[in-house]
Parts: sequence; C-alpha cells; structure tokens
Amino acid sequence: MFWTSVAHAGNMMPIPATDIAVEVDNLYNFLLISSFIACAILIGGMIYFVIKYKRKSNNDKTAYITHNSFLEFLWSFIPLVVFLGVFGWGWHVYHEMRKMPANALEIHVQGKQWAWEIEYKSGVKTANLIVVPIDTDVKLIMSSIDVLHSFFVPSFRIKQDVVPGRYTSLWFRANKFGEFHIFCAEFCGTQHSGMIGKLKVVTQKEYEEWLEEESKVGTLPLAKRGEKLFQVKACSGCHSASDLSVKVGPPLFQKFGASREVADGQNVVIDENYVRESILNPNAKIAKGFNPGIMPTFAGQLSEVELNALLEYIKGLK
Amino acid sequence: MAATTNASSDLNYITEFKGIKSWLTSLDHKRIGLLYMMAVLTYFLFGGIMALLLRLELFSPGANFLSADQYNQVMTYHGAVMVFMVIIPGIPAILGNFFLPIHIGAKDVAFPRLNLASWYIFMIGSILAVSTLFTSKIDTGWTFYTPYSLKTSTAVITMVFAAFIMGMSSILTGLNFIVTVHKLRAPGMTMHRIPLFVWALYSTAILQVLATPVLAITLLLLIAERAFGVGVFNPELGGDPVLFQHFFWFYSHPAVYIMILPAMGIVSELIAAFSRKVIFGYTAIAYSSIGIAAVSFFVWGHHMFVSGQSEIAGVLFSFLTMLVGVPTAIKMFNWLATLYKGSVSFQSPMLFALGFMFLFAIGGVTGIILAVMGVDVHFHDTYFVVAHFHYVMVGGTLMALMGGFYYWFPKMFGKMFNESLAQISFALIFIGFNVTFFPQFILGSMGMPRRYFDYIPAYHSLNSISTVGSWLIASGFFLSVYIFWQAFCHGAKAPANPWGAKTLEWQIPSPPIHTNFEVEPIIKAGPYEYR
Repeated sequence: MFWTSVAHAGNMMPIPATDIAVEVDNLYNFLLISSFIACAILIGGMIYFVIKYKRKSNNDKTAYITHNSFLEFLWSFIPLVVFLGVFGWGWHVYHEMRKMPANALEIHVQGKQWAWEIEYKSGVKTANLIVVPIDTDVKLIMSSIDVLHSFFVPSFRIKQDVVPGRYTSLWFRANKFGEFHIFCAEFCGTQHSGMIGKLKVVTQKEYEEWLEEESKVGTLPLAKRGEKLFQVKACSGCHSASDLSVKVGPPLFQKFGASREVADGQNVVIDENYVRESILNPNAKIAKGFNPGIMPTFAGQLSEVELNALLEYIKGLK
Repeated sequence: MAATTNASSDLNYITEFKGIKSWLTSLDHKRIGLLYMMAVLTYFLFGGIMALLLRLELFSPGANFLSADQYNQVMTYHGAVMVFMVIIPGIPAILGNFFLPIHIGAKDVAFPRLNLASWYIFMIGSILAVSTLFTSKIDTGWTFYTPYSLKTSTAVITMVFAAFIMGMSSILTGLNFIVTVHKLRAPGMTMHRIPLFVWALYSTAILQVLATPVLAITLLLLIAERAFGVGVFNPELGGDPVLFQHFFWFYSHPAVYIMILPAMGIVSELIAAFSRKVIFGYTAIAYSSIGIAAVSFFVWGHHMFVSGQSEIAGVLFSFLTMLVGVPTAIKMFNWLATLYKGSVSFQSPMLFALGFMFLFAIGGVTGIILAVMGVDVHFHDTYFVVAHFHYVMVGGTLMALMGGFYYWFPKMFGKMFNESLAQISFALIFIGFNVTFFPQFILGSMGMPRRYFDYIPAYHSLNSISTVGSWLIASGFFLSVYIFWQAFCHGAKAPANPWGAKTLEWQIPSPPIHTNFEVEPIIKAGPYEYR
C-alpha cells in the first residue's frame, strides 16, 4: 500500500499536506537553524577552550575572573529575545490551528480501545478510515468512550487529545491527494500502537461517489452488513476472521458450531446465543487462556438487526 | 593530645564501627549516603535491564519476544523506577547526603535521625513498588494518566501508594537539607561562600518540600477514586481526567528540576576543579538555581498543549517556559566562561562534565523547540519528546552523577580507580547515548508516537540503530561497575586531595573521619580560590 505520509522532506518531517503544516515547518526550520547556531557556540566554544587551555603542567597559573556584567547581560538578554520571538511565532501558528473555520465539513470521530470510529452527517459509518475532499475545510468533532486517546496526523502536523466526557475538535484543509496515517498519540492500553487509521484525500467527485456507495450498506444482505460492522465496530482489531491467529482475543474463523472450554472449566458450544452473549456481556464466559475485562460490552451500541448481521457474518466464517 | 591524633588517623567513618547493625542504625550522613547508594544502584540496574528489554523489542517491527501487554509493563517499570527510584533520589540522597554537610563545614545534617528515617521510608516505598512485579504488575506508564489508570486491571493502587511513600522520604530529605544549610554552616561560611553544589541542593530541597505534597494529594485522590469510587478524575463519576494532568504536572514539572538542578551543581564543581579556576559568575549560577526553582512551578501546562486546555492557558505556559530557559542558558555560558584561560585537564570526572555540557546543550535547545506551541502540537507525545528528556535526564543527570561518582570515589572510599578504563567507560556511555537517542529525534520528526509496542516499517532502521546504541551504553555502565569494584578491592590508597580541588572535603583525609573535621573549620574565603 502506498502511504504518502512516509515520504520525508529535508528536515525529516513528513511531506506537508496542508498550508498549516508548511507554516509549522517554516517555524521548525528556523528553530533548527537557531538551535544549530546555539549548539555551535556552546559545544564549539567548549571544544575550542578545552583544547586551547589544556593543562600543560601541574603549576599552570589560571586567570582570576569572577564575572563580567556586560557579557552576562548579553547572554541573558539575547536568548531572552530569541525565546520571546519564537514564543510569539509559535502562538501565531497555534492560533491558526485552533481557529475553527465556519461552514466546514463536520465529521464525528469517536476514540475507543482500540479503533477510531468515524460517523458522517449522512449516517455513513467507518472504522479507521476518513475520506475527505481536497481543498475543503474539514472539522473533526471528537470524543472518547473509554480512556484518553490522541488524534494525530503527522502529515498535517495536527494533534488533539480525545477525552471521555467532553468534545474536543480540530480542523484541517488538505492540499495533497493521498493516504495519510492517523496515529493514536496518547497511551491507551494493549493495542495503543495498533490504533492506526487512514485519512484519504480525494477529489470532490470521488468523495461524493464514495459517500453514496457507503450509504447503500443498509440494503446489502445480512452477512455483508455484518462484515462491514465487523470492521466499523473494530471487532477485527482483536479477533481474526480469516485465520486462527490470536490478536488480542480469540479468533472467530471456523469457530461457529465448535465447542470451547471456558474459564471455569466447562465446555460450551459456540451457538447463536453464545455469540450474542459474548457480544453483549463479554465477561460471562471467557474463553480459556484469555483475560476478563479486556473486551468492552457492546450492549446499547448495536441494534437487533445489527446483532443479527454480525451473527450471520460470524456463522459464515469458513 | 598526640595519642588521640594517632588513633583517629587510623580510623575513618567506615572502619570506626563494624557490622551490619552499625550500618543499619547509623546516623552518620556519610553512611546513610552509602545506604542510599546501594539501593539506588540496584534499582538503576533493574531500570536499565527494563530499558534494554524494551529497546530489544523495538529492534524490529511486530511482536518479537514480548507481548503488547508485557511491553507496556516493561515500559512502565523502566519509567517509574528510573524517575522515582533513581533520578529523583540519586544525586541528593547519595552525593548530597555525603557531601552537603562536609561542604559547609558541618559534622552532620541538622536532623540525623530524620535522615535515617528518610532512608527507611524510601526503602519501604521502593520495595512496595518493586513488589508489584510479583502481583498484577502495572501498565499505565509512569504518569498514571486517568481514566486509563482507573480502568486497567493492574496493581495501580500499590504502585501509586509506593510513589506516595517515596514522596514522604523526599520531603523529609529536602527539609533536612534546608535546615542544615541555614543552621549548620561553619564560622565564616557565608551563603556566598558555600559551594555551588550546595546551592543546587538547596534549591532542589525547596522544590521537594513545596511540590511533593501536591503529588501526594494527587496520588491519594487517585487511590480514593479507584478504591472507593469517589468521582474526581473519572468522567463516568462526574470527574475530569484533564484535572489529573494539571495536578500531576504541577508536581512533575518541578520534579524535572529536582532531577536536573543537583546535576548542574555537580557540573559547577567539576568544571571549576578541573579547570583549576574560580567559577565564572558564582552569584549568577547560585541565584539562577533559585530562579529556575521558582519559575518551574508555573510552567506545568506546557505538557498539555494538546490536552484540551484553553488557548490562553497554553499561551501563558509557553511564555513562562521561555523564561525558565534563560537561567538555564546563563549556567551554560558561565561554565563555558570558566573554561576560558583555565588549566583544563581531561581526567574522567571532567570528561563526564564536558559530556554533560555537550548533551545538555542539545537537550536544552530541543526543550525550547518543544515549548513553542505551534511546533509542539506535532512533536507532543512523539519520540522527539522521548529523545529530548533523555538528553536532559540521562545526558544531563546521569552523566553528572557518573562524573560525581568518579570525582568523589577517592574521598568516599579512600581508593583510586583505573583512570584509563574510566575514560573508556565514558567514551562508551557518551557515544552509545548519542547513537541511542539522536535517531529518536528523527523518529519523532517523522511522527512516531511514544509508548509504541509496534511501529510502521518506515521507522525500522532508525529504531534498530537506537537499539544497538543501548548496548553500548550498557557496556559502558557495566565497565564502570567493574572499575569501582576493582578500585574498592584493589585500588591504591587515595591521597586527601588527588585532583587539587579547593572545596572543604578535599582538605580532610580520604576517607573522612566519623565527625568529618578534627576541629571545626573557620572559613576565610570562597570555595574556588585558585590563584
């Protein structure tokens, strides 16, 4: 898969894909050059002095210089001016990032352990995938259902913590086509580093076609809708549907109808009711070898029809 | 009179009393320093092994030999142990305990019993912390951010309570040092004649006494919430998770200076001693320590630019952070000016001090980069931050601690160490450090978030380089352990003043006698009168 976001500019930042990212990079390049000069003075000066004034004998006479008010003023005042300058510049860039545009395309983002759930105003839902048109202001309205997460798109130089119990938001206006990484930047548990999403920038026409395509999901056969839900609800983050590998939870591939040993030692058959119970009350019968408390309940988050769709999908994993 | 002098010249603080009990009940600040040393070095070994494990796991992407949960635990123990049990107590409790009273011409600290009690409290807390390894472990990261720390099924309460207990020990040590500096200075030892190491410890002690109680309150609230469901930080109970971050960093940012100020104190001593030159800008260095301590209370919000705090709060914290950068820059320039027209020797303690200046310069400028709001949004919680604080905490504090150990080893144990091996050890640590952490700046620029068990293939090669660097650092530290052990067992007897330094500890025998000074010294000049 081609990711635009792994290509890099000379300063080792990902190729900027918004105007604000370019502003951040200009400031960062200035900081890099100033830092290089500061280090050249401090480290270069240190190396020069220690070589020049290397001890020649045990009886070397050294100068007796206790202070120099003018020099001390200079090396306090010059750094202060530089620091305040970059402070002001940094504030300006930060303010641009926080100034929410009017009439932006609003998309809801929900962080959860361990996936990004995306909901468009038309009702289209995806997981770990945001598709947006190019050169359009997009505003993300974000919340979390469990712990802290942080929505981070390196190519856009934007990041915002996603906090349970309140909304946070950020905005961007992509100016490059491509696929960009969404990382979770706030530690959120086991699969923190696996909470990776994709932000896809396309033309307005492609965007509308995609949205249209996605909105037809309701008319698909149950198993197909289940397959979609399996992605959207991020079941696939923890349960393998294509082989018997263990991700976080037990695999579901070829499991329906089989018998399973649960934590208290008894054997249960994986039938319709076991699947239903495991989705709505996951800690009731934990498969042997797995820990309780890892999987969140989906009670209240799935309609009866959606439960049926998931069940049909799981039945068909062969 | 002659007989007493003979008898006391044979005995020192190590040989005067014998047996394990004489150590465990000793009120001698020097022995208590060594008790801390044994504990802290053990925890350093443990935290170091955790570091090697996590670097090894990150050598290549995917799950290698740890599971994601195990990685998170290793990462948490590395951070929590290194912060609370190595870097915070390291310099003040070991070298501070040993040399602060001697530096001001005192027999001991103001409250010797309290000093020993601090050690026992520290041991109870630290053993409790390590005990969680044998229960359900902990995986929150050293920051215990809510609401994750309220929800994870690991031993958060025990670990947090352990940190609370160690905080008590830190407060008591700080209190002891403040009173000692004010009340026990020898005649003629004015505040402007105390060595800069003492000024640094004094500023640190103020931070310990004022900031640690806030951590204690925060940790107790966390325990109350987890154990009894009192809603403070958990939004499900009407709490606010961001409030925890404010409380936590209100302590933990000053704690950064608890970690670095004593290191700056050591570097001031080393630069003056090995340049054989009066320190440049004594007053500026001394008062900049106090300045840093004061301003450091008002910068905590720079950890939270993307947490959801308001823009105006972010602006204030960014501004104040810039102000804390100035006294730090002043210190760097003062050390540089001290080298000018000095008589610079490259003995191993000085190499560590010069290594400190090199690494701290990089740690300092990257700190300014992170304080710039618009840029921090990208770098926050990436490896850039990891690299920055390792340049400051390891490149800074640990380099100074090692320099201090080499500098004062002859005084503490009365033995000389193998100088050429010490220089090799320095080279391994210094080069290994840069190989490990410099690539992490680049990884952060590329966007790799911290606390990642797995990463995308684009980050592979830099992570591998970083892991190889960690082996160099480890070999450097193991070589130092060997050097100290060999010196301790077979080293030549150390003279009273092997480096030709001027501070008081070098004017008494190595190792010092139980009461430090035969007669109370009378001070007539400053600590760096090389002329």
